[in-house]
Amino acid sequence: MNAFSKRTYSYYFLLPAAIVYFVFFLLPTIMSIFFSMTWWTLTDWKFIGLENFKTFLTEPSLNIGFKNTLIYAIVTCTLKVVLGLLLGVFLSSKLRFSGFIRSMVFFPTLLSTIAVGIAFTMMMHPSQGIINVTLNAIGIIGPDWLGDTRIALLSVAFVDVWKGVGIATVIFIAGIMSIPQDYYEALMIDGGNAWHKFKSIILPLSRPAMNTVIILSFIGGLRTFDLVWAMTKGGPGFSTDLIASIIYKQYQAGFYGLSTAGNVILFVLVSALAFPLYGYLNRKEVDL
Amino acid sequence: MSQVNINTKAIPTEKSHVKTRRKIIKFFVEAFAVIATLGFFGIPFYFVIVNALKNRQESSLLNMDWPSAVHLIDNLKEVISARDGMIITAFFNSIMITGFSIILLIFLGAATGYVLQRRVSRLTPFFNFLILAGLIVPPAVVPTIWVLQEIGLFKTMPGIVLVEVALNLPFTILLYRGFMVTIPKSLDEAALMDGCGRFRLFFNIILPLLKPVSATVIVLTAVNIYNDFVNPLYFFPGAENATLQLTLYNFMSMYVTQWNLLFTNVLLISIPPLILFLIFNKQIVAGMTSGAVK
Repeated sequence: MNAFSKRTYSYYFLLPAAIVYFVFFLLPTIMSIFFSMTWWTLTDWKFIGLENFKTFLTEPSLNIGFKNTLIYAIVTCTLKVVLGLLLGVFLSSKLRFSGFIRSMVFFPTLLSTIAVGIAFTMMMHPSQGIINVTLNAIGIIGPDWLGDTRIALLSVAFVDVWKGVGIATVIFIAGIMSIPQDYYEALMIDGGNAWHKFKSIILPLSRPAMNTVIILSFIGGLRTFDLVWAMTKGGPGFSTDLIASIIYKQYQAGFYGLSTAGNVILFVLVSALAFPLYGYLNRKEVDL
Repeated sequence: MSQVNINTKAIPTEKSHVKTRRKIIKFFVEAFAVIATLGFFGIPFYFVIVNALKNRQESSLLNMDWPSAVHLIDNLKEVISARDGMIITAFFNSIMITGFSIILLIFLGAATGYVLQRRVSRLTPFFNFLILAGLIVPPAVVPTIWVLQEIGLFKTMPGIVLVEVALNLPFTILLYRGFMVTIPKSLDEAALMDGCGRFRLFFNIILPLLKPVSATVIVLTAVNIYNDFVNPLYFFPGAENATLQLTLYNFMSMYVTQWNLLFTNVLLISIPPLILFLIFNKQIVAGMTSGAVK
């Protein structure tokens, strides 16, 4: 059987994928550890040890990226899980318009992040934007969504949720639909109500779906760049600067070593959070 | 939300009464859901569309009023001719990048997912780790530029295509590997017994059976790559290399107040994903079930 397997499912089949993956992903990642410790112009480099990391961790305009990135990832991930689950439960029940609602919820995920960012920037305009105009009409003075340093990050996170909740919803629908019907029937015989149905069947059995959503949206949140760039460019001040946007700014300014150090910091951060989270969620899944 | 419409504690004697009450509640819940969806997701769409129809003065008000006269055709003409037809170059580039990437991803991803699912060995944990790493670790930007420069692919179509393929491979492999489980191994054995070679087995038998998941890969990665802003920004710079996302960007800084043109541009570049969505709508949930959610 082993010889059969070797002959039929030869590892040579993996070669093209392995080469592309190695040259364009693994190699640069490995090299980044070296180049993050250099003063680098792409053609020439000078080894400077941990200087770049020191700059990154002590400079206030750079290290604000940590806090912002974490807040952003946690807020977007939580909202996507909660809203995605609610919508998923709602849309997998028998409804007349579920197809329509599902399409409406899913459609933003197909749109360009930049386009969505620009459109929302206009809708969040402090005086002219339709959000505040609507709020004014019912007697509320809306805040300056993107201009106020205290809420700008949350405003961008809100748009991220608007755009991304469709994926979460579809994953939850897929998870809920794969729950065998007999569980519900058994519950009905035992006289359970809708809340029991949610709590003791849907919630535990859509666990794989929930784990997928948590992992995807958490990692996505940690790595976000384009939406912030389209909406605020990291401003006002540095209040919406995420690690990924700082990496781009340093790259643009020609500080390639510093930019690469930012990259190393980002992937250390993402790995340190995502790998254990992944392991933890997977272990929990087995217990059920 | 759904708790409301299923009330199982009905009193038998009032059955029909409860039934109509339930129907009414259900109707209101559904109506509320439709209105909430229209408000939350529909208004932004409406805002973009209505402003793409306006002239410059009216669009600068950024409101949702219907335009006094529809200027869509004029706006389209202006958007297409802006910067010597930059958007046409961008359409060409974006579609080429997306198309080539997908073709490569299907072949490489299917072959890899197929072998990794079928052949379990001591190397399997190592491969799993590589796939997981590709999903989690963000790409190192400047070193990738350096690699591209060293092999002469920086600012070239093959360069950006290969970067997109490398970055989308792990997810694609995951989908294919998940779906392979549903294709019985006895099929392979029967084919081999009939004298089918291992290449023919893969290309003529397995690959066609993977069609449903290929459809999912097409939708998800096509949208992903087509809408990608970050990678072309870093690895495919230059005016002649513009992609659609970047035109949008240049456009905004160029015409700070011409929102009508910007929104027309947004509409124009949203058409391909919309078409894809209409074709593959049903496949999306099916693909997710088979691949992403084991």
